[in-house]
Amino acid sequence: MSILSYKFMQEALLAGLLAGVACSLIGVFVVTMHLSFIGVSLSHAAFAGALFATWLGFEPLLGAILFSLAGAAAIGPLADRGEFNPDTPIGIIFSITMGLAFLFMGLLPGPKTQALELLWGSILTVTTADLWLLAVVTIIVTGLVVMFFKEIQAVIFHREMARAVGIPADAIFYSILFLTGATVTASLRSIGGLLIFNLILNPAAAAYQLTYSLKYMFFLAALFGVLSCWAGLGVSYILDVPSGAAIVLTSAVIFVLATIFSPKRKVKQWQENE
Amino acid sequence: MVPVVIKIKKAVVSYREDVALRGVSLEVKAGELIGIIGPNGAGKTTLLTLVNGLGHLLQGEVWVLGHNLARGCPAALRSKIGYVPQLPAIDPRMPVTAREVVMMGRYGRLGFFRRPGPGDWQVVDRMLELVGMTALAGRPIGHLSGGEQQRVAIARALAQEPSILLLDEPTASLDRRAQQQILQLVQRIHQERKLTTLMVTHSLAGLTELCDRLVLMKKGRIWKTGNPEELLQDRVLEQLF
Repeated sequence: MSILSYKFMQEALLAGLLAGVACSLIGVFVVTMHLSFIGVSLSHAAFAGALFATWLGFEPLLGAILFSLAGAAAIGPLADRGEFNPDTPIGIIFSITMGLAFLFMGLLPGPKTQALELLWGSILTVTTADLWLLAVVTIIVTGLVVMFFKEIQAVIFHREMARAVGIPADAIFYSILFLTGATVTASLRSIGGLLIFNLILNPAAAAYQLTYSLKYMFFLAALFGVLSCWAGLGVSYILDVPSGAAIVLTSAVIFVLATIFSPKRKVKQWQENE
Repeated sequence: MVPVVIKIKKAVVSYREDVALRGVSLEVKAGELIGIIGPNGAGKTTLLTLVNGLGHLLQGEVWVLGHNLARGCPAALRSKIGYVPQLPAIDPRMPVTAREVVMMGRYGRLGFFRRPGPGDWQVVDRMLELVGMTALAGRPIGHLSGGEQQRVAIARALAQEPSILLLDEPTASLDRRAQQQILQLVQRIHQERKLTTLMVTHSLAGLTELCDRLVLMKKGRIWKTGNPEELLQDRVLEQLF
């Protein structure tokens, strides 16, 4: 009997497809706008939220959603009001939520397995509810990228210029941050807080090496994201290694190959020889 | 009688602990090309951002194209004001071409949910031709030189089909040849289109022929305003700088 006929594997592949697309599309914003640590910051916010909810006796995912979205919503205004580069509030959110996570871990009696599961994730044990949440977020992220592509392109290029031509650049920027929070939260159970960072960054960074077209970059990033998840699952099955680690390493291999064969590197060599 | 398109009355703008503009008043008539000069920190850029609504007015009044900006600057008004900010540092790998950057000037006019049509691309190609960038239109924006990026920025502002053009140091950090080319381009655009233009510059060469009027700014105030021939005198400039 083929491994593909097992329900858990079919669901894992579906989770890989959805998370691969959503995380990689978000990754294009992260790479082009230099927000590298937003993934790790918001996943730790989600972890703190999950511990907080567990401590109060609620479903951990509820707390994770709340904290992750609140963190994402705070980054933009904090950066703009404080006149910081967004990396600074991202770091501040990370440090605050790490502090809160340690506080709630100290306050929480007994095992913290449920909350810790959100940090590690398990693509092979996703539930139907997890898949629905992931599907809804993936459709929203993809739909918004398609609908507001021109506004997003202008904001990515230069926020002040976008504002000057009459685009509501701040609202678009804050929405991008909020979508990042939503994607991180939706991917927590299947991909895990620690792996999301990787799945957001590597496929988009690989795509960034290969094209000067933003449209192709979105497309290639989504393709690499899904490929990382599916090939990673295959490697995990064949070599009998943890699936999360296999997905991470597969996406890293794609990034290394894209960097080696990048046409952008050829341009650099040509400039040096001139 | 030529209508006044920009009217600033006793405008005060403050950033944190610094007062950038201290009761500035200025009227600009349609079709005028005004050069704004002064030492660093005089408030020149702030004056431009006041006109396109990016600056925060603390006191006073600003009227642009009949809109009172004290009540906010609607996106529709911003789309009528072409703004070329100081040359930003652009990532050489930025996945955007010069032609796409010029098209961004149309986005404010198009509004949400509308994609650029053939007419928009025609405007973009015409503006690229006007600034002499047709041959490099398909190149990634980050691969262009400073002077070429500045031409693209001007084409982008013109693609908005603006009523007012604001240029913030369009010749800054360019070599002498590129500076001359940009100033000639500004002059040609003004002669052909009679666009109301405000240009902040540190480059004094050619301003006499280029500008209808000069505004000299110092310490957040308009120190002098008038004819370029009268103001571009050594004794005046020594006092200004």
